[in-house]
Amino acid sequence: MTDASISRRRLLQSSVAGAALGVIGAPFTARPARAAGATVGFIYVGPKDDFGYNQAHAEGANALRGIEGIQLVEEENVPESVDVQKTMESMVNLDGASLIFPTSFGYFDPHVIAVAKKFPDVQFRHCGGLWDKAKHPMNAGSYFGYINFGQYLNGVAAGHATKSKKIGFVAAKPIPQVLLNVNAFLLGARSVDPSITCQVIFTGEWSLAVKEAEATNALIDQGADVITCHVDGPKVVTQTAAGRGAFVCGYHASQAPLAPEKYLTGAEWNWATVYTMYAKHLLAGEPLPNFTRGGIADGFVKMSPLGPGVPDAGRKQFEATLDEIKKGGFSVFKGPLKDNKGNEVAAAGKAFPETAIELESMNYLVDGVRGSTS
Amino acid sequence: MTDIAAPASAVLSPPRAPLALAWLARRAEGVVIPLGALLAGMALFSVFLLLLGKSPSTFLELMWRGGFGSWFSIQNALLRATPLIFAALCVALPARLGLTVIGGEGAIVLGGVAAAAFGHWLGNAPSVIVLAAMAAAGMVAGGLWIGAVGALRHYRAVNETISSLLMAYIAIALMNHLVEGPLRDPASLNKPSTHPLTEAARVGPIPGMDVHWGLVVALLACVACWLLIEKTRWGFAARVAGGNVRAAQIQGLAVGPLIVGFCALSGALAGLAGMFEVAAVQGSANASLAAGYGYAGILVAFLARQNPLGVVPVAFLLGGIAAAGGLIQRRMGLPDATILVLQGMLFIVVLMSETLYGRFKCFDPDRWKRAP
Repeated sequence: MTDASISRRRLLQSSVAGAALGVIGAPFTARPARAAGATVGFIYVGPKDDFGYNQAHAEGANALRGIEGIQLVEEENVPESVDVQKTMESMVNLDGASLIFPTSFGYFDPHVIAVAKKFPDVQFRHCGGLWDKAKHPMNAGSYFGYINFGQYLNGVAAGHATKSKKIGFVAAKPIPQVLLNVNAFLLGARSVDPSITCQVIFTGEWSLAVKEAEATNALIDQGADVITCHVDGPKVVTQTAAGRGAFVCGYHASQAPLAPEKYLTGAEWNWATVYTMYAKHLLAGEPLPNFTRGGIADGFVKMSPLGPGVPDAGRKQFEATLDEIKKGGFSVFKGPLKDNKGNEVAAAGKAFPETAIELESMNYLVDGVRGSTS
Repeated sequence: MTDIAAPASAVLSPPRAPLALAWLARRAEGVVIPLGALLAGMALFSVFLLLLGKSPSTFLELMWRGGFGSWFSIQNALLRATPLIFAALCVALPARLGLTVIGGEGAIVLGGVAAAAFGHWLGNAPSVIVLAAMAAAGMVAGGLWIGAVGALRHYRAVNETISSLLMAYIAIALMNHLVEGPLRDPASLNKPSTHPLTEAARVGPIPGMDVHWGLVVALLACVACWLLIEKTRWGFAARVAGGNVRAAQIQGLAVGPLIVGFCALSGALAGLAGMFEVAAVQGSANASLAAGYGYAGILVAFLARQNPLGVVPVAFLLGGIAAAGGLIQRRMGLPDATILVLQGMLFIVVLMSETLYGRFKCFDPDRWKRAP
């Protein structure tokens, strides 16, 4: 049966494409130019223009376009299944890629590991910090950023903008990475006014527009007047919240164009820093670092410019906190700190730096956040 | 696609030329019309590309090279076709009873979760036993899910199209609950998953190929389904009931068990797809299981006109289109949605071509039976 399909395809190809070959020449029949420089592949789990996670990576990839010798190949909407394995192999086999960035968290295990083992000469760097020297191939690696400081700064701006003293958070799943952001947002707001509370709603999915809109509306109905989120694409949350007259703090990428008046600021990835660093190492023929991490001070994370909704006092505190973070040694999570069930999670005097390993298994919501992790 | 017709040759009475021609004419209709529709869809899509200022010939060239033109591409297409075949059977079997079940995605994810759970519990048993248990678990989970759709349809008159779709959402929510709760591996912090499967619970590639054994099972399933529908009395009963439920009931056929049974079987096949996703690809069950195969399978089944053997070439074709889709994105700078536009155009043209059956005199067997 396969034969039938193939011969039909061949017929189709030779008749239609063959006729046109003479017109356009045959640039595509040659193997991809590997000549000088290197081909770098980027794989995204959703659309490149989602105003969120994928757009942040695509903007970072875009920074490589200016670098001579780097050929960029990109593929979007690749599911975390055998599809991504085949996309990686296709980038190696058909495009001649020598460095691949599979950007979705769920790509790593088992997909990146499997393909990295298959192509020991190709480098794979995965976003998410999962690579472990003891377990995983040496031609793979991880990079990630500490973005919860960005959500803390979001909280500072929100704390100054809120009138109802209630802020809201639309979250995907109750996993450590998301809980860190929810807690940091509330703690940032409480650095302005300790009476502020934050309601969190988990949608259960990374990308589920209907539930994100429902959650945003529910938060506003309950009195929240500043909303932020941690879902793959914050577009729906931003537009729904701004449409209801609430302020918005962004995440992943800048959503300012969607709501210029209501957008306070946002915690954005600045992947250009990471990708340019890797590209330069690659062109220079140097080994690529296997494990890279950084926060605002390292240029891995940046804040959107403050919007018109942030009052002057807020601007001052925001800038001051940002400067302090850039100096280093700042802690968002420090004692005395209780979770929202009354258990102590950090004793007085205890402070966790952003690199603290304890934070990576966070499974609680801090006092002042209304909601439940399960 | 021509060999859909092949086994029927055995049934033929002594080959007299007009009879053979009549047989050929009858069978050719089911091949020529869909092929013509695919070509028409391609032509339509070429116009779309021209409007975008892109070259259709580059598109076809990349499509060929990315999906079918090399051993790597063919394996890529076959690998992507495997879950599509199972998912398409989940649509095609109930369709013979006149039911439109579109919620195969639910059976796939639940089949995957059940298989992962059993694979973990029996992880240290011999491979044959673990895999058999995982396959059984996946099939039971998927079978119960779609079987319930059939039962709702027959005993409570709930529309199966809507109930199966809504139950797919429930299935995904249930999977999330299980994977993030009772079945979660505590070590899976930021991507909640079940415990990773042991080596004994994994399905490997077919020797000499990059495609796992699920493909072989999927092909066998297609043949088995075709035999079931065309060569057994249950299949005959199903076709009668699909043609006219009242007539089937008057004939004394047990329509209820037939509907529930066919739905359960189709769900079991989708569950098997989930089992292979877990055992051959993912290595554990997690949210990545809901990759949309269940919905892509609907397209495959309709393009194959609900024929279990027709499912195979169509799944291969769509697998190849998906495989080529990446290359087209990368080389032509087109968004991924381009491939969806192509699939949509093919789908609509093929559905419209249904009206052409019986309209061409050259396909009329009687015309050829009469001596010229």
